[in-house]
Amino acid sequence: MNLLVCISKTPDTTARIAFKDDLTKFDEGGVQFIMNPFDEFYSLVRAIELKEKFGGTVTVLNVGEPANDIVIRKALAIGADKAVRINTTPTDAFFVAKQIAEYAKDKNFDIIFFGKETIDYNGGEVSGMVAAMLDLPFVNLASHLEVDGTTAKLNRDIEGGVEKVEVEMPFIVSTAKGMAEQRIPNMRGIMMAKRKPLEVVEPVDADDRIEILKYELPKAKSGVKLVDPDNIDELVRLLHEEAKVI
Amino acid sequence: MKILVYIDNRKNIIKKTDLELVYYAHLIAQKHGGSVDAFVLGSSEGAEALGKYGANNVYAIAHDETFDANGISSAVKSFAEDKGVDLVIVPFNSSGKPLVGMLAHLLDASSITGVLNVPEMEDGKLVFKKGVFSSKAFAYIKTLKDKVVVSLMTNSLSPEEVGSEVNVETVNLPVDSRVKVVGIDKVEGKVPLPEAERIVSGGRGMKGPENWGVLLDLAKALDAETACSRPVSDVGWRPHTEHVGQTGIVVRPNLYVALGISGAIQHLAGVSSSKVIVVINKDPEAPFFKAADYGVVGDLFEVAPKLTEAINKFKGK
Repeated sequence: MNLLVCISKTPDTTARIAFKDDLTKFDEGGVQFIMNPFDEFYSLVRAIELKEKFGGTVTVLNVGEPANDIVIRKALAIGADKAVRINTTPTDAFFVAKQIAEYAKDKNFDIIFFGKETIDYNGGEVSGMVAAMLDLPFVNLASHLEVDGTTAKLNRDIEGGVEKVEVEMPFIVSTAKGMAEQRIPNMRGIMMAKRKPLEVVEPVDADDRIEILKYELPKAKSGVKLVDPDNIDELVRLLHEEAKVI
Repeated sequence: MKILVYIDNRKNIIKKTDLELVYYAHLIAQKHGGSVDAFVLGSSEGAEALGKYGANNVYAIAHDETFDANGISSAVKSFAEDKGVDLVIVPFNSSGKPLVGMLAHLLDASSITGVLNVPEMEDGKLVFKKGVFSSKAFAYIKTLKDKVVVSLMTNSLSPEEVGSEVNVETVNLPVDSRVKVVGIDKVEGKVPLPEAERIVSGGRGMKGPENWGVLLDLAKALDAETACSRPVSDVGWRPHTEHVGQTGIVVRPNLYVALGISGAIQHLAGVSSSKVIVVINKDPEAPFFKAADYGVVGDLFEVAPKLTEAINKFKGK
């Protein structure tokens, strides 16, 4: 199978989020960057499992700057065979999608994987954009994926249940929790990753479709009101009279 | 401004989230001028209600239960172009999420997911607010294209009745499908967590799946849905569909009650938009207390049953 896994670089889940330049730019100072967890835990691991079962190649693709190579190397250490980085500074989802579609259009991938969203801008749009650009079937929010011949069987998380779907390859999938279990790279994987190919490709032109004007941090809570465990009636009174939620 | 609202009525139930969408569109039309059309996929059943909450015209597109994002977005695209639509609004759920990116490409539009407010206009372009960094911050985003596609974050506003009778027209529009739906496993009677108004959630402090009775009792008393923290779903005490947090489900209920959850930053990211947070934990140093509105420092196995009893007493049960 010829599998493509699109990976994004995001701030660590424990990162303190701060902004600079009058709240117009994300402050990267002191922030640790990681592979977007949805891309890593679910897309990448499932793609590697499919390759282990059926044979083939797992290619990881990142749209970003040379500093992202550390995240790309981790994907190779976990088990991807080769990597491609489109050498540019991403500006918005459409720009990223355009780069991915341009790269993937003539490579005959059987499945193109995306995480359901990134944990920084929480858009979840790139997968759908690429599916529309390449006119490939699209299954999003998939929590399970099996392949049987040329057909893929997936579970799609819907409100209050799971939709079971079938689709012919090639197609595009965005993955959610349940798809696979996290894999920690071992020493052998880390050593091998250094020798795996990482191709750098120049970007194509794409117009920006949105502009982030400024950021805002949520207002701090005014402080917790503690209730004595021996006076729980007081909590019910507060929830009813003050908070008005019951 | 011509606004089109996408409503998924494949199950013949117009839900509160659908009324939120048309009411939101109505507020935008009121602020910036314009009209609201509703594209109702599935059946016209119950679609008159959309008129009461702000739709000027309702178009029902006959469709079975299947869902194919390509086919549906193509149908929305041709309909939107036919009507000269400027702004398409879809729900932030499993039906709307896959459409945003596809429609952005098909309509040559700007797109934003999970918008929170009625947009301002700046130089003739709409500026929306949305949560970023998993609700640890917000961003004000300007749409640069003439056409715009957004998904509206669930529970962002309370729909109010504003209109009256509406004409429901049935439209024949082919919807292609390459993705075949072969079955649906439903969890009966449960409100999806992103739409839940009250949630009771358990963490490692629950000590084991056999102890969930106290949480279920409290949830029942509050008429609440149940959820859990990531460690709980990772060890399999509860299904992963209940995992609330940065890498699970992001929720925004009116009331979030946390039992035995310390409040790791990843969990807080998933619940910080809740209106009222109640934390019950025996560790007074648990970071969750800093994000809470009300707290009880005590053993949850004593406090939760007392709270259940007090709520039942309050409700007169």
